[in-house]
Amino acid sequence: MTSTARRPVHLNLFKIRLPIGGIMSIIHRATGVFMFLVLPYLIYLLVLSLSGPEGYAKAAGAVHSLPGMLFVFLIMWSLAHHLLAGIRYLLIDVDLGVEKEVARQTALGVIVAGPILGLLLAWGVL
Amino acid sequence: MSRKASGLKAWAIQRLSAIYIGLFSIYLVAVLLFAAPADYPAWKAWIGGPVVSVALLLFVLSVLMHAWIGVRDVLIDYVHPIAVRAALLGLIALALVAMGLWAAQALILVRLV
Repeated sequence: MTSTARRPVHLNLFKIRLPIGGIMSIIHRATGVFMFLVLPYLIYLLVLSLSGPEGYAKAAGAVHSLPGMLFVFLIMWSLAHHLLAGIRYLLIDVDLGVEKEVARQTALGVIVAGPILGLLLAWGVL
Repeated sequence: MSRKASGLKAWAIQRLSAIYIGLFSIYLVAVLLFAAPADYPAWKAWIGGPVVSVALLLFVLSVLMHAWIGVRDVLIDYVHPIAVRAALLGLIALALVAMGLWAAQALILVRLV
């Protein structure tokens, strides 16, 4: 009882120092929540683009505006990070890349690859 | 499925849906990168194609299930008052079903019109 009572409770998010795998993991969550939150807008764009030539032009105009391009970049970054981190988790499920050093390197790789792929893909599709 | 195994079921659905979403996302992005439909008729023909439209309906369903399990796990971690959690989960479930029907409607209409 005394030992549990004296355990440090340290939940200040700015003071917790996450290991690199933890940082990758929290971005996996954040990108998932972000993509969930913008799902209605993505479906709106799809429905608009299929509504006729005018709707199609409106949707194309929206994604080619400055905020639209930033949005496409954020989506591509989120998708790339979430997908790469997901593949990493699936590989870990089958015992691949579980060693500490390898896991740290793949986590860093995912974090770095996310925005780079996001930029390249957004640039490519726009 | 017993109560004890319900977490295992969610775990499996999350991974199966992830594999389909991952593969189909790569296909979608690859088409947009290398063979993007140039105008409305081409766009409509691609999205409304017999295989692509059904694959897209399955994609929407997979995303909804995947989002449900993911968001549910995040809420369970961060929202502790049980009434607030239940209310949010209910709202999210409703929103996901509504979004799915909205997208499905457009994907089916594009084949009919």
